[in-house]
Amino acid sequence: MSDELLVDVRDLVVEFPVGAPAAAPSDGGHLRAVDGVTFTLAAGQALGIVGESGSGKSTVAAALLGLHQGTGARTGGSVRVAGVDAATAQGADLRRLRGGLAAMVFQDPLSALDPYYAVGDQIAEVVRVHRTVSRRDARARAVQVLDRVGIADAARRSRSRPHEFSGGMRQRVLIAMALACEPRLLVADEPTTALDVTVQAQILDLLHELRAETGAGLVLVTHDLGVVAGSVDRVLVMKDGRAVEHGPVAEVLGAPREPYTRALLAAVPRVDAPQAPVGPADPPRGELLLEATELRREFATRGGLTRRSAPVAAVDGVSLTVRAGETLGIVGESGSGKTTLGRMLVRLLEPTAGRLHYRGRDIGALGERELRSLRRELQMVFQDPASSLNPRRTIGESVADPLRVAGESDERRIRTRVGELLERVGLNADWYHRYPHEFSGGQRQRVGIARALAPEPRLIVCDEPVSALDVTTQAQVVDLLGELQRDLGLALVFIAHDLAVVRQVSDRVAVMRAGRFVEQGDADTVYDSPQHPYTKDLLAAVPALDPTEATARRHARLAAV
Amino acid sequence: MTRFLLRKAVGMIGVLFALTLVVYAAFYLAPGDPAQLACGEKCSPAQVLQVRERLGLDAPVHLQYARFLQGLVAGRDFSAGTGLLHCPAPCLGVSYRSGEQVSDMIAARLPVTASLAFGAMVIWLVLGVGTGLLSALRRGRLSERLLTALTLTGTAVPVFVIGLVLLIVLCAQLQWLPFPSYVPLTEDPQQWFWGLLLPWFSLALIESAKYARLTRSAMLETLAEDHIRTFRAYGVSERHLVTRHALRGALTPVIALTAMDLGTLFGSAVLTESLFGLPGLGKLLVSSVSLIDLPTVVGLVLVTGFCVVLANIVADLLYAVTDRRVVLG
Repeated sequence: MSDELLVDVRDLVVEFPVGAPAAAPSDGGHLRAVDGVTFTLAAGQALGIVGESGSGKSTVAAALLGLHQGTGARTGGSVRVAGVDAATAQGADLRRLRGGLAAMVFQDPLSALDPYYAVGDQIAEVVRVHRTVSRRDARARAVQVLDRVGIADAARRSRSRPHEFSGGMRQRVLIAMALACEPRLLVADEPTTALDVTVQAQILDLLHELRAETGAGLVLVTHDLGVVAGSVDRVLVMKDGRAVEHGPVAEVLGAPREPYTRALLAAVPRVDAPQAPVGPADPPRGELLLEATELRREFATRGGLTRRSAPVAAVDGVSLTVRAGETLGIVGESGSGKTTLGRMLVRLLEPTAGRLHYRGRDIGALGERELRSLRRELQMVFQDPASSLNPRRTIGESVADPLRVAGESDERRIRTRVGELLERVGLNADWYHRYPHEFSGGQRQRVGIARALAPEPRLIVCDEPVSALDVTTQAQVVDLLGELQRDLGLALVFIAHDLAVVRQVSDRVAVMRAGRFVEQGDADTVYDSPQHPYTKDLLAAVPALDPTEATARRHARLAAV
Repeated sequence: MTRFLLRKAVGMIGVLFALTLVVYAAFYLAPGDPAQLACGEKCSPAQVLQVRERLGLDAPVHLQYARFLQGLVAGRDFSAGTGLLHCPAPCLGVSYRSGEQVSDMIAARLPVTASLAFGAMVIWLVLGVGTGLLSALRRGRLSERLLTALTLTGTAVPVFVIGLVLLIVLCAQLQWLPFPSYVPLTEDPQQWFWGLLLPWFSLALIESAKYARLTRSAMLETLAEDHIRTFRAYGVSERHLVTRHALRGALTPVIALTAMDLGTLFGSAVLTESLFGLPGLGKLLVSSVSLIDLPTVVGLVLVTGFCVVLANIVADLLYAVTDRRVVLG
């Protein structure tokens, strides 16, 4: 370890103005997002900053690049990065810090790049900010770093625009941009959050490799403890703007001192532990509710400006059964067709081919009118509770909708029933008149569940119900679903990309890839002795919480390539 | 792309066909006798009858419409005084009033309206986008509020008020500008420019308010986007952020709106043309309607309708060119 400190943060305080017009920020109050955080990072070392949303972790990351300057935020304490004071640096010093000394790898790679320019040009632009080189040389450097981060055929691909890349490839482009000027510090803000588990493993491996190669320091900001385990030396756990625990990764994750860290760790769903299922202990053999045979759904696509459209099968011959009181987990990466399948099961989509039976009745080709009586028995909970609730209507009205549709018109009875439902999902019955924006993500998802419960369904398809939530909230919502299932005898179809969550809730699991089930069976059997190579790949890519285990898995992945 | 254009072309024919139907129906229902008007007030009933026969107005309306369509597709002949006048396809017919071919009348006035529309466009883009940009970058300051108030006033005041005031002040009292007139560009570019300057401005002032607001909101939206933050975090200067990244995104809706406004303007610059006495399409339309000059009106409606639909297609194409993520379908 070198004596020189790459990052030296002392008593960092960041406050954002709240409730004041942008024109006069000094009039309003301030919200303290970061409250006295202190840490250092030696050259070449890696630090993970972990916390739930709202803990202030991204605010700390932004402070490292002086990004709070000129935003109306008040900062206190000191932030020095490679000898530059990030809070006060101006002009050339600030520009040198941003991208030259320290470079940020942003989250959500689709919106973090300019949609109008080729990725190579965007990287070249950054190069020209920091180095006096010709346009051509800057472009050459862009191709070089794109090649380095594993973009095949980099010279040609550098002329593509961001939307022409997949999510994982875009994240690589962002890493390439960060590398372009050989910074001494990489700041990665949730670099893998939007990615599938196999892609996540690739990106983390890439960051690891680059660090070994360039000797750059790394600050990795994430809500996912598993991401941190294999990638950093030290961990800083944040809660409500404060650092609650700080220490070597093996200690913090292996023997946490703080109750909050322990709670955080306990909430992480484990893919490797046989889980006490939330449903009944014995696999239920209830009434056969749903039976799908060789379901298929095609979508028309348009290749480009000139090419003719050719139908693509999103779901390509899937057969499954769901019984009353059981949970079928469907796990798959983005684009595997799992959402399409889920929507077909509740007949929001019509199958192109195949048969779909609900309680012995063929519902695959029913028209909208005949489906109406079925709608109340087959419900759906959606991924994004923020956008699946109407922001202009109170949550009570949203939950009451299905009741009104079912023909209930007595206002008193509706109020009573909605109140019951809200309490059933752990909310307050008096919150009928509140609007969705007044709630947290987890609470909104509870509203979504209450709405699905309103018509007293027999089966609920949950499409990524917890993937937008923090681990602790995630655990609460998963518990709620299990509880409801036990009490009401619901059948659940639980669709998710997170293998650990699926294992936690499911009696049976189906692994989906490219529109097909590659493997289907008892949850423990599928996870403990996977048969299909794809299932094995998926499981190998899941980040381990134990640092030693994480390193071992990384080596195994690299050896397998 | 080819499929897109083909589909749009078919759609365009449908729209134009419907337009002609509507105009014929409206004229059939409207009061007034075109033959009487065409002949003049002092005509005897016999003369009016003769004119009616010559113009084909004695035939039932569906037959008149069929003849019009035939002319459009295959051309037709008209009796003109003693001989026959052949009008080749696409024939828009002959004016009831003057006996001139409608296509010739439109061709003579199109350059006037086109000059007016394109010139005004240049000014409203400079004024509107400039104002919008400024107010987006100086959000919350006094200068921004003043600019916003100014553009709002621009939208609120009708063209004949702005135009009239400018006319009185600039041309009559201060005599800084000549009274507006139309001199073809090919004849004398300088006179063309000075003669149209005032109409351009009064038309542009109204449009520019809309563009200022659009540019401002699009600009603020783009500046708040994540990719702007990315480049800021890489040390790219604020000026560069605005001119290279934010403006590019903000201009896409502006370009599309410009194309559509331009198309609409070909039929709706009536007020400006009348006010400044410019012999454009709008002015012709108004006089033809009051004279129940059916062929001229139908012809004008077809041409302006064509412009509007064409502008919409161009707007779609521009959208796809400026934003490569858009797929034409």
